[in-house]
Amino acid sequence: MSVDFSNNHFELFDLPVAFNVDDAKLTERFQSLQRELHPDRFASATATEKRWSMQAASLVNEAYQNLSKALSRATYLLGINGISVDEETDTQMDPMFLMQQMELREAIGDAPEAADPFSALDKVRLELNAGIESCSERFSASADSKDWPTARTVVREWQFFDKLKREVKSIEARLDASLDE
Amino acid sequence: MAYSDKVLDHYENPRNVGVLDKDDPSVGTGMVGAPACGDVMRLQIKVGDDGRIEDAKFKTYGCGSAIASSSLVTEMVKGKTLEEVEAIKNKDISEELALPPVKIHCSVLAEDAIAAAIADLKSKQTAKAS
Repeated sequence: MSVDFSNNHFELFDLPVAFNVDDAKLTERFQSLQRELHPDRFASATATEKRWSMQAASLVNEAYQNLSKALSRATYLLGINGISVDEETDTQMDPMFLMQQMELREAIGDAPEAADPFSALDKVRLELNAGIESCSERFSASADSKDWPTARTVVREWQFFDKLKREVKSIEARLDASLDE
Repeated sequence: MAYSDKVLDHYENPRNVGVLDKDDPSVGTGMVGAPACGDVMRLQIKVGDDGRIEDAKFKTYGCGSAIASSSLVTEMVKGKTLEEVEAIKNKDISEELALPPVKIHCSVLAEDAIAAAIADLKSKQTAKAS
């Protein structure tokens, strides 16, 4: 059978264990495994086989979700290399970085009261996208050279940008909804 | 999620929000952040000539529990010596606010912020002494 539960998520899709993945290959292999594990194919299978196929399908789904987003892929790659992000317990961050985060938070907080809230939020988003892009590049470089401490720092910063991006999105949704009223 | 009355009280009427002069030698500034929730906390303490904390200010971007934890901590530290402040643990904060287990890390953030502020203050004092 094609799904080995002892494989990591990269191996599951027959991909090299690396940050940069071939998106087309990932999607293609995901879809082909999905077809292979489709419940219709197990209609006449034994109860054990049915259970196995459901567990395999759920693993494949989880692995695909995990690898298709760059931040979770980076976090996962750290984990494979024995590095924990400690996102709840380790609160030490570069003070300059935290200052920047405070300013971004301030800008997001002020945006709804701005003359043009949407363009104010767009401005923040540009900055967040630049931050995320820089994280992605720095992670890729440090992972390539197996500099895991740096890679860990980068992922921790990335999480802040990711969180703020979701925040901007939800504020926009609220603003949109209030316009529709 | 249901917040306790104490969390709500500190969240709706946060104590000591603001900023102290970070370049003042008697002011210690601690900045910490939690990647899990994107919270950022700045906590500042000012020691008087008697070695006791005469003022404390904070600014926190985060959930209600993070804001309440930092607000509470600024109240707890006032009038205390640095040694007494160092003894404050996240458990003191989370118990006082009745934080649920998923929000314990907010009180950890506050404890770490005090520790960072004290470390900053001490490094300033050593720099002054030398």
